[in-house]
Amino acid sequence: MVAQPTLLYVTEQLLQGFGVTCLIFGVTLLCALPLGLGVAFCSMSKYRLVRYISKTFVWIIRSTPLLLQVIIVFYGPGLIWGAEAMGRITAVLVAFIINYAAYFSEVYRGGIESIAKGQYEAGQVLGMTRSQIFFKVILLQVVKRILPPMSNEIITLVKDTALARVIAVKEIIMFAQEFVSVNALIWPLFYSGVFYLAFCGILTILFGKFEKRLGYFRA
Amino acid sequence: MKGGVRKNDMAILEVTDLHKHFGETEVLKGIDFSLERGDVLAMIGSSGSGKTTLLRCLNFLETPDGGRISVNGETLFDAADQSAQTEEAVRKKRLHFGLVFQNFNLFPQYTALRNVTLARELLAKESPDYRANKARILAEIEEEARALLAQVGLSDKTDSYPHQLSGGQQQRVAIARALALNPDILCFDEPTSALDPEISGEVLAAIRRLAERRITMVIATHEMGFAREVSSYAIFLADGLIHEEGDPEEVFGNPKTERLQSFLRAVL
Repeated sequence: MVAQPTLLYVTEQLLQGFGVTCLIFGVTLLCALPLGLGVAFCSMSKYRLVRYISKTFVWIIRSTPLLLQVIIVFYGPGLIWGAEAMGRITAVLVAFIINYAAYFSEVYRGGIESIAKGQYEAGQVLGMTRSQIFFKVILLQVVKRILPPMSNEIITLVKDTALARVIAVKEIIMFAQEFVSVNALIWPLFYSGVFYLAFCGILTILFGKFEKRLGYFRA
Repeated sequence: MKGGVRKNDMAILEVTDLHKHFGETEVLKGIDFSLERGDVLAMIGSSGSGKTTLLRCLNFLETPDGGRISVNGETLFDAADQSAQTEEAVRKKRLHFGLVFQNFNLFPQYTALRNVTLARELLAKESPDYRANKARILAEIEEEARALLAQVGLSDKTDSYPHQLSGGQQQRVAIARALALNPDILCFDEPTSALDPEISGEVLAAIRRLAERRITMVIATHEMGFAREVSSYAIFLADGLIHEEGDPEEVFGNPKTERLQSFLRAVL
């Protein structure tokens, strides 16, 4: 008879997995936020070809499961070009960053396109440069407007990290599942949900605070 | 002005044969006029007559298809020579003009004061001595902005955000913002059309005070009484052409053409 794991032991194991979950979340967010803005600008480019490429990219990424994208990034280069396999965590990060950049880009685009033309024109007649208009006039209004849809995407990202285990990256669910297969215990799996709840709870509070801070003006 | 009424050729603004079309529609079909310093030009005409397009051309928000625009004898735009119209060049040329929009277009995230100072500060940063005198320059800009807000009667609203102000107050902030860059010619695109009639008065009063200070202005408006009283010259636009023009007393009091007569009957 195998000794039953204690709550403390399970917690320790899950925390180890949760660290990986947080790593995937943090790095993806940090890279996909600026990358998504770049993609959004491409989608709104005055050059048709750039727009076309960008929109095709967004279409492909949003139309295929993230699960599949993770598998393709990990196995694809080896199978197609015989390239050396990249680290599992690297593959997960690459797939996640690309995927979330595509989603973020559409949120940005919606926000940027919702700003009245008059705001740009007011900046122009006051002699501002294009970048001054964007950074000094437009950006904060966009941030305020996209905060609700953006927090939706970001909270989804927290839970999407669970897909990493498809290429055996040991995030929290994978640790929990080991208790199912090794110890025939289901409760650690349920317990893992608490970590997600807590994390998303904190995020929700942060977004709420941020929204409140931007509440001083109407855009 | 046109027709050699004034012999003094020191025009501050000279618009020659200005054309603009959008697709198949020709909106401006050859506009000529000139202004001297301190002139107030009233521009009247029904919607779609080309008033807004003309103002937008002056402010380089639209590129005319033909014609010339000169300020103080310097050719700012010549349709025959488009090579000079780089983005950076246009940005500098715009500074000769100010524009007050129909819908104010204040920056919602900034206070009234910051709305007025922002563009000046950004321009000041381009000057080579900015770094050395930063504190003094910024203090000057702020002081001038406060004075401008006081001129439009908003000394007590400097720290208010646009959504905390009434439409009339917002429009007066917009006027102060346009004045902050000290443009040669200040343009108004139906400045009271988005306002309730009882609020229009305070904006018109602010514009009237600018006229008393001899600020050169081009005002597109539907307020005929105001236009007649404040302007030194009036033009009536119809179908993209100046249909009638002259002394405001004549244009409003004794219209020559049937078109202007029926327009004035309709709006008065």
